[in-house]
Amino acid sequence: MINNKKKILLNTKWWIVYSFMLLLVLFTALPLIYMISTAFKPYDELFLYPPRFFVRRPTMRNFIELLTALDSSVIPFSRYIFNSLFTTCVVVILTVIVSSMGAFAIAKYKLPYGNVIFNIIIAALMFSPHVTQIPNYLIVSKLGLLNTYWALIVPKIAVAYNIFLMKQFIEQIPDTYIEAARIDGAKDFKIFWKIIMPMCKPAWSTLIVFSFVSNWNDYFSPLIFINKQALKTLPLILQSLAGGPGQVARSGAMAAATFLVTMPTIIVFLIMQSRVMKTMAYSGIKG
Amino acid sequence: MAFKKFWNNYGIGYLFLLPFLILFTLFVIIPVLYSIFLSFTHYNIIQSPKFAGIENYRILFTDDDVFLIALKNTLIFAFITGPIGYFASFFVAWIIDQLKMRKFFALAFYAPSITSGIAMSVVWLYFFSSDRYGFINNLLIRLGIISEPILWNLDPKTILPVIIIVSVWMSMGTGFLVFLAGLQNISKELYDAGAVDGIKNRFQELIYITLPSMKPQLLFGAINSIVSSFGVFDIAVSIAGIPSPNYAGHTIVAHLYDYAFIRFDMGFASAVAVILFILTYSLGKIFMKVLSSKDE
Repeated sequence: MINNKKKILLNTKWWIVYSFMLLLVLFTALPLIYMISTAFKPYDELFLYPPRFFVRRPTMRNFIELLTALDSSVIPFSRYIFNSLFTTCVVVILTVIVSSMGAFAIAKYKLPYGNVIFNIIIAALMFSPHVTQIPNYLIVSKLGLLNTYWALIVPKIAVAYNIFLMKQFIEQIPDTYIEAARIDGAKDFKIFWKIIMPMCKPAWSTLIVFSFVSNWNDYFSPLIFINKQALKTLPLILQSLAGGPGQVARSGAMAAATFLVTMPTIIVFLIMQSRVMKTMAYSGIKG
Repeated sequence: MAFKKFWNNYGIGYLFLLPFLILFTLFVIIPVLYSIFLSFTHYNIIQSPKFAGIENYRILFTDDDVFLIALKNTLIFAFITGPIGYFASFFVAWIIDQLKMRKFFALAFYAPSITSGIAMSVVWLYFFSSDRYGFINNLLIRLGIISEPILWNLDPKTILPVIIIVSVWMSMGTGFLVFLAGLQNISKELYDAGAVDGIKNRFQELIYITLPSMKPQLLFGAINSIVSSFGVFDIAVSIAGIPSPNYAGHTIVAHLYDYAFIRFDMGFASAVAVILFILTYSLGKIFMKVLSSKDE
């Protein structure tokens, strides 16, 4: 029975399963392939009728135009890339540290009310993030953070899922490691930083991926917190590029921008894939 | 004295938890409670909130036709994409788990759900473009199935189906990864024991061993897909616009956004948020009951 899987793979019936799966892969991959292919199309291919799916003579021109040409406003596209990259990276770093510390405390300190706090965190997994947007807007505006980078950072550090996942992971690390370190005279913070964190590498790598993806793609927060053109992030800019009248010059830049916005998340996931898979089994909830 | 003892025992622990707790309280707990409070008031940000009783809710359900459309759209959307995404995630994960090239398949199915909805809508708008240039219109015309282009994202009849197709494409979310990891973690001995107990085929294995061992993962996936399918916004807005033709792509979150951040009627918008909150939270609770694994 242990060799069950291998035996079945040799079975010729499985070619049906493989073809079926590859067909599904085609459905998931087609829009992505089109997106990539279009980003490299020269002008004449962008406006062909009938439209052509694959690029024939790939060019970097769309990218060069996107990055060098200025809009009617004076803000270069690279500024939006910086805004997205900067706020995303700060959120990722802070959420990893804050969630890991909190999760360590809940998992290993047997705090009074620790369970209550954890149950609230589980309940918070069921909140749609949009529910909190209105008060968040009021709080951010009261704190004077509207139209600053902080508005895109501070509200997004404490994510229920992040501390939940870290806690699940840290919980299965045996207490003996911590006790041994304590006997050797290590202080709490040192135990956290030198023992727990290295052992949780798959878990916080996973947080990096998820936090990167959700913040990089976030459309709602910048939409309500940011009015200043210079502070806008990529999803907002894409939306306004797309919403503009269908100028010929813009379609190429648009395709290139779509490519630039879409690829980083896929690349980040690809790099971290095996660590993510190691961690995800801990995402189960015991009801 | 008691405090000192408490501090010595737990002080450091709470210190570790403090940054999370402060931010979580400030940006999650208080906002949820404050939303509930605001939903019973009239509040336009400039003047302080005025108590209004259940007025906002009454208007929502009796006078606000657009909300009822949004509610209907969201429910249709959620009850189609939610289950499709959920079952497809599990089914695909279950098959992939038995195949070679697991990593490749996992990436191929997961990649769409980490793309930006806003960015990919550019591609989707090309696929579903309403003129002859649109990929699908073009294909259908050339195949002779239609003679005039279909107004995919302009015709109220096709807007919601298009949003649903795009969302299904993106729906292999976190749940999919959790299922895949969960499947790999089921101990092989369980299957061996099952074979001894007379389990004959893969289907029986699935029903008697795989599904029961995956309850925690199934629960997580369910909550995940409920929250994301009821929160549909980005895709609906970028495909159909806000407001969409005849409100055909209007969703609860779009309504919330409209009243909160375009009209600044925060009390009313909070009532919309509370409805959304009640929907996702109670559905989540139901799944917790159904998939409770305490009995094991």
